[in-house]
Amino acid sequence: MIDVLRAAWLIARKDIVVEIRNRELAYTTLFFAVACILVFAVAFVDDMGHAIPGAAAGILWVAIAFSGTLALGRTFERERQSETLRALLLSPIERPAVYLGKLAALLMLMFAVEAVVVTLVATMFQASLGRAPWMLLGLVVAGTVGFAAVGTLFAAMLARLRSRDVLLPMLLYPVTIPVVIAGVKGTQAIFAAEPNLDLAGMWLAMLISFDAVFITLSLWTFGPVMSE
Amino acid sequence: MTTTTRWATRIRGIVTSTIALAMGNVALAQQPQDRFQPLSQQAQEGISASPLLLAAYGFAWAAVFIYVFLLWRRLGKVEHELADVNAQLAKRARR
Amino acid sequence: MRTARWLVPASLAVALLMFFRAPYLINAAPEESTMGAVQKIFYFHVPSAIVAMLSAIVSGIASAMYLRGRRPMADHVALAAAELVVLFGAVVLATGPLWARKAWGLWWVWEARLVITLIMWMLFVAYLLLRRFGGPGSDVLSSAVSLVGAVLVPFVYWSVNMWRTMHPTTSVVPSLQPEMMKPFLWSLAAFLAFYLALLLTRVRLEKSRAALEQAFLALED
Repeated sequence: MIDVLRAAWLIARKDIVVEIRNRELAYTTLFFAVACILVFAVAFVDDMGHAIPGAAAGILWVAIAFSGTLALGRTFERERQSETLRALLLSPIERPAVYLGKLAALLMLMFAVEAVVVTLVATMFQASLGRAPWMLLGLVVAGTVGFAAVGTLFAAMLARLRSRDVLLPMLLYPVTIPVVIAGVKGTQAIFAAEPNLDLAGMWLAMLISFDAVFITLSLWTFGPVMSE
Repeated sequence: MTTTTRWATRIRGIVTSTIALAMGNVALAQQPQDRFQPLSQQAQEGISASPLLLAAYGFAWAAVFIYVFLLWRRLGKVEHELADVNAQLAKRARR
Repeated sequence: MRTARWLVPASLAVALLMFFRAPYLINAAPEESTMGAVQKIFYFHVPSAIVAMLSAIVSGIASAMYLRGRRPMADHVALAAAELVVLFGAVVLATGPLWARKAWGLWWVWEARLVITLIMWMLFVAYLLLRRFGGPGSDVLSSAVSLVGAVLVPFVYWSVNMWRTMHPTTSVVPSLQPEMMKPFLWSLAAFLAFYLALLLTRVRLEKSRAALEQAFLALED
């Protein structure tokens, strides 16, 4: 068990180091998320600076979902191009470790991007961050974990197919939409004019059970699916 | 009468009678509005249920029927081909 | 997997007999107090949904078995069950709005059960597309997809109880009156028998297709 975690950490660290030196993924993902939010701001904020009420939650999660998909695609494209994916699979590391490592690295990237995204959305769409910061943090973290958990599985799975660019969104969105919806509903409950923290808590609970189920499923499926 | 004038007369006749009929229809249609609708009849207003029910049943039956039909056809074709190829293999094995 | 050859015609016969009797039973059932005649869509909307969810679970289990042991029959069952999820799911998603139009005044509402059902359906459509366009190795990959789809089923079922929605909750069925329960159970049994017949036939088609491919390869040698 420790070996798996240690191996996963090695893989994650490799990805993080590559990213720090390269910064390709960080820049593209962040830029894309900000561009998304800007478009929504133009659409939904009027001249006086007032946003449509209730828009913040949806916009936040759309930005997370789109930029997450981009990051996923790019991560495994990079692996495929340098043929390191095969090297990873051939190395004497257990498959779950590879999955966890890639997942951890992706999560760190997404959390970094989300720090900016959440602040930006809150500012531009008049959503109060201070109202229930821990609940909001929990929702964002749990939602991102759920998204990334399934996303990593599918992106790795499709990396070697010729039609991966077409198939990844087609597979990814139906699977991650429940996570995104739960995130949106929970966030809406927090940002609403009368915040309903019980409801937000209920959605958080559902997200956590989602995460548990899908990480377990992905861990179990990753090995058989990647072995060819 | 030339051909053109005969056709013109016919067309004029048709147009006039159509307008007359339409006006008659409109006059007839306007009549129910003068009547007072009893309360029990107002329950039938809005969307009626039967077209929806029929559409639902119809869709279900059609979808299932099409699927079964296609399945049946494909199965027949594949098994036929399989029999052919197996026969060819058997013939070759005998040689 | 040796299935008795009588099973397909038997279940088909049972299903057809039941389907012929069903309209009489459904017609005889009392009209619901608030929704009227359109509620009768319930008698095949709900069984279709049950069959679709059951098929998703079957596909998921078969996919798990395929990932474990790579037995071809498991893959055949997974594919056949996935197709039937798409078929019966389409029936549910089409009949639901038709009922909703009369009962709620809306064709569609963006809430838990409808959205997650739609997503589950979309996922199995994606499964079929992946099988069709994914190229070699797509049988293994699509197994992961149907596993995820199968895991979504409990969320579909319980979403309605967790989130206050317009869609009737799951307590409606157990609390049906006998005059409504009888046609419902009859309809459900008919659908299940029909599902069995369809599944077995589709699996047989898949098995024959695989055998045909093998035979072609043998012929080329």
